[in-house]
Amino acid sequence: MARHSSNRGDNKGDAGRLPVRSAGLLLAGLLGAFSNAAYAAWELNLQMPVTALARRVYDLHTLLTWVIFIIFVGVFAVVTWSIIFHRKSKGHKAANFHDNTAVEITWTVVPTLILIAIAFPATSALVEMRDTSQPDLTIKATGYQWKWGYEYVTGDAAGVKFMSVMSTPREQIENKAPKGEHYLLEVDHPLVVPVGKKVRMLLTATDVIHNWSVPAFAVKTDAVPGFLRDTWFRAEKEGTYRGQCSELCGKDHGFMPVVVEVVSAEKYAAWVADQKKAMAASADDPTKVWKMDELMARGEKVYATNCAACHQPNGAGLPPAFPALDGSKIAKGPKAAHLDIVMKGKPGTAMAPFAAQLSDTDIAAVVAYERNAWSNKLGELTQPAEVKALRGK
Amino acid sequence: MQAAQHAGHAGHHDHDSHGHGPTGIMRWITTTNHKDIGTMYLWFSFAMFLVGGAMSLVIRAELMSPGLQYVAPEFYNQMLTLHALIMVFGAIMPAFVGFANWMIPLMIGAPDMAFARMNNWSFWLLPPAAILLTASLFAPGGAAGTGWTLYPPLSVQMGMGMDMAIFAVHILGMSSIMGSINIITTILNMRTPGMDLMKMPLFCWTWLVTAFLLIASMPILAGAVTMLLTDRHFGTSFFNAAGGGDPVLFQHIFWFFGHPEVYIIALPAFGVVSHVIPAFSRKRLFGYTSMVYAIAAIGLISFFVWAHHMYVTGIPLTGQLYFMYATMLIAIPTGVKVFNWVTTMWRGSLSFETPMLFALGFLVLFTIGGLTGLVLAMTAVDIQLQDTYYVVAHFHYVMVAGALFSAYAGLYYWLPKWTGYMYHEGIGKLHFWLSMIFFNIAFFPQHFLGLAGMPRRIPDYAQQFADFNMISSIGSFGFGFSQLLVLVVVFKAMKGGVKADAKPWDGAHGLEWTVPSPAPHHTFEDPPPFDPAEAHG
Repeated sequence: MARHSSNRGDNKGDAGRLPVRSAGLLLAGLLGAFSNAAYAAWELNLQMPVTALARRVYDLHTLLTWVIFIIFVGVFAVVTWSIIFHRKSKGHKAANFHDNTAVEITWTVVPTLILIAIAFPATSALVEMRDTSQPDLTIKATGYQWKWGYEYVTGDAAGVKFMSVMSTPREQIENKAPKGEHYLLEVDHPLVVPVGKKVRMLLTATDVIHNWSVPAFAVKTDAVPGFLRDTWFRAEKEGTYRGQCSELCGKDHGFMPVVVEVVSAEKYAAWVADQKKAMAASADDPTKVWKMDELMARGEKVYATNCAACHQPNGAGLPPAFPALDGSKIAKGPKAAHLDIVMKGKPGTAMAPFAAQLSDTDIAAVVAYERNAWSNKLGELTQPAEVKALRGK
Repeated sequence: MQAAQHAGHAGHHDHDSHGHGPTGIMRWITTTNHKDIGTMYLWFSFAMFLVGGAMSLVIRAELMSPGLQYVAPEFYNQMLTLHALIMVFGAIMPAFVGFANWMIPLMIGAPDMAFARMNNWSFWLLPPAAILLTASLFAPGGAAGTGWTLYPPLSVQMGMGMDMAIFAVHILGMSSIMGSINIITTILNMRTPGMDLMKMPLFCWTWLVTAFLLIASMPILAGAVTMLLTDRHFGTSFFNAAGGGDPVLFQHIFWFFGHPEVYIIALPAFGVVSHVIPAFSRKRLFGYTSMVYAIAAIGLISFFVWAHHMYVTGIPLTGQLYFMYATMLIAIPTGVKVFNWVTTMWRGSLSFETPMLFALGFLVLFTIGGLTGLVLAMTAVDIQLQDTYYVVAHFHYVMVAGALFSAYAGLYYWLPKWTGYMYHEGIGKLHFWLSMIFFNIAFFPQHFLGLAGMPRRIPDYAQQFADFNMISSIGSFGFGFSQLLVLVVVFKAMKGGVKADAKPWDGAHGLEWTVPSPAPHHTFEDPPPFDPAEAHG
């Protein structure tokens, strides 16, 4: 049985930490006998924790699972005994008791005591989970339909920001190409954090509620539009850890993964330097006058990342929820109205405002692309300066 | 209530005839007879069960293997939303209202429900609501694709299908409230002389508490969806941060309804099982008094635990702690009920006809669902499992195994009383074993998927989840098609077979077994004598 536990990071955790796990492996082996899938992974337990907090949660879950298992076995041992020995077909005569105050008090008090005992570890794990004070660095994650935006707020990387979009090709999803090892759990720009540092995540969203979740860190918090929430983790091992949006957020809810790369301090410093250099290099000259082929090339990329999920790569959309752009009134109408809807969005629909997400050049390029692609051959250019002039209006 | 009792008496001296009203379809449209209305509720709920079930098979077909095979993601979202709404509001709730209509008057010795005409309207509100819900699939933009929880701002983005769902919820709410008022009035006022509340059959107790839960919680849901409607169309900002509102406010209101709703579904199921287990154990229900207190306690506490559905929304730590402790508290009365059922069987004289098999299936599976509920109550663990398939497994163990298995136990138990013929025991047992086996194949692996981190409400998944999803899909297809056996059983029992005695089960107790089988159109026009020794199971 081939095991590619792609969802749990590239480090191999301390397998067999607890008896539940070895029992799980045994069962997995039995089930594996009739499996022929290349990526079979009969995971029976929580992902291997890579933070101290996730380990507490893992152990708490194991404790609870044993408690409920013992209760279940106890209760159904009694039921099984009745079923076997107190059958009418064996001539068993029914007893005639139907009340016993002492018994009833016992089975009210004993579960209460068990619950109180469980409440102590459950409370202390939760208190630790919510303590986001004194972070080493702070990162803001913004949920968009359907991608994550990351912005480093404090630390060496302060100011670095980028979008993180799923990189699994459409052909794999549509079963036209073989699926990769990290199918649906891979992005173009993963979040990069240093190992052993307390990272505080600030979460928000622009359109609907999303949820930023990484199971190996025991982190899962809603990103609520218009509000800031926070959570934290301190990853102990280098590696790549994968999670997914965990709150239904519309059509492509299943296609907005979270990928976090945990790297050494040196690699992190190098990554930060690279990012800063790249940001400086890619900063567009806002006064540049662009030619049609340059705009179309840039616009096609921006369109593919930001627009194609709804309006489709061929501009045909998925009407009526996601209108077509090919031949549409807006894409072939006055440019001012087109720029307005791209920058400000359309309230009450899934059309998001892109003014804050995209640069002047990106907006100009994508509008130019939409007005010249497919059958919309307007032959008209849109320049970054026009977008800049509209900002703040 | 005198008036209602008089209405029951008026003119109907010929017990067995219903020849003095309209016939054909008009009989069913105009009927005020609790048995006719109960029958219509049961057929309606079974039809909705098949519609909702077909939707779940669309979901499981798509999830059978990784990649998108049959449906687009937005249609997948509509399927999972309608599946839940139809199953909760169209199938499970009306099924138990059907049982209440049929059995409560028979159990308490009343001639009919207190408000017989309102009873007719409670039922006939359901078909328009069902049509609104299913027809919303054909609205521009399709049905609501938000999940049954209808969270804004996503629900504000939806098309006209969302408005249709909102109106359907309004209508269903009206129906539930009227049904509840009827049930409460009937139980409190129309019991036969001598039947004190604490001698009343337990099914009536569970419905009394359930009806109060419905009256207290349905208006809250109606309010929540109305606020959603005005946010969508009239420029209000209850749930819009840009206008000073808060999206999470909706979740508080929704779950203030939504958690009691869980017990609205579960309590009548407890009631049915509390009749079936004693009957086939040939022994009185153990701890009747503590059962009544447990039902009342569960009903009350269910209003104070709503935010355990919202642990990841960023509610304060103190809130999380309070809701965790309150949720743990609800395990105690639920445990008491399970222990009482187990002790009822202990040293009984057990036999295993189909109703008993379904009651035992309920006991095993509901206990599993309840125990995983205890795991989910722990906030820190819940944060790992929230919105994963662990939760999907948990609530299907509670809802399908809890409510559906108990409804089947009741169906097989009372079918002879309704049709006058015994059902086919062999097909009944086959139905049970296929349901039990396929249910577990479908839902047990989902615990593992959830633990490994597979989110719910996704149309496609990473490859390490492929094998368990395949097993789960196979199980759900088996489970779905096994349910068609119910039709065979019911049609056979309607057509004929072995005549049922007035009391076909030797261990059964209660007034419903004192009338002939099938129960005549009008029963208990004069209050029957009540023997406290026969009080309850």
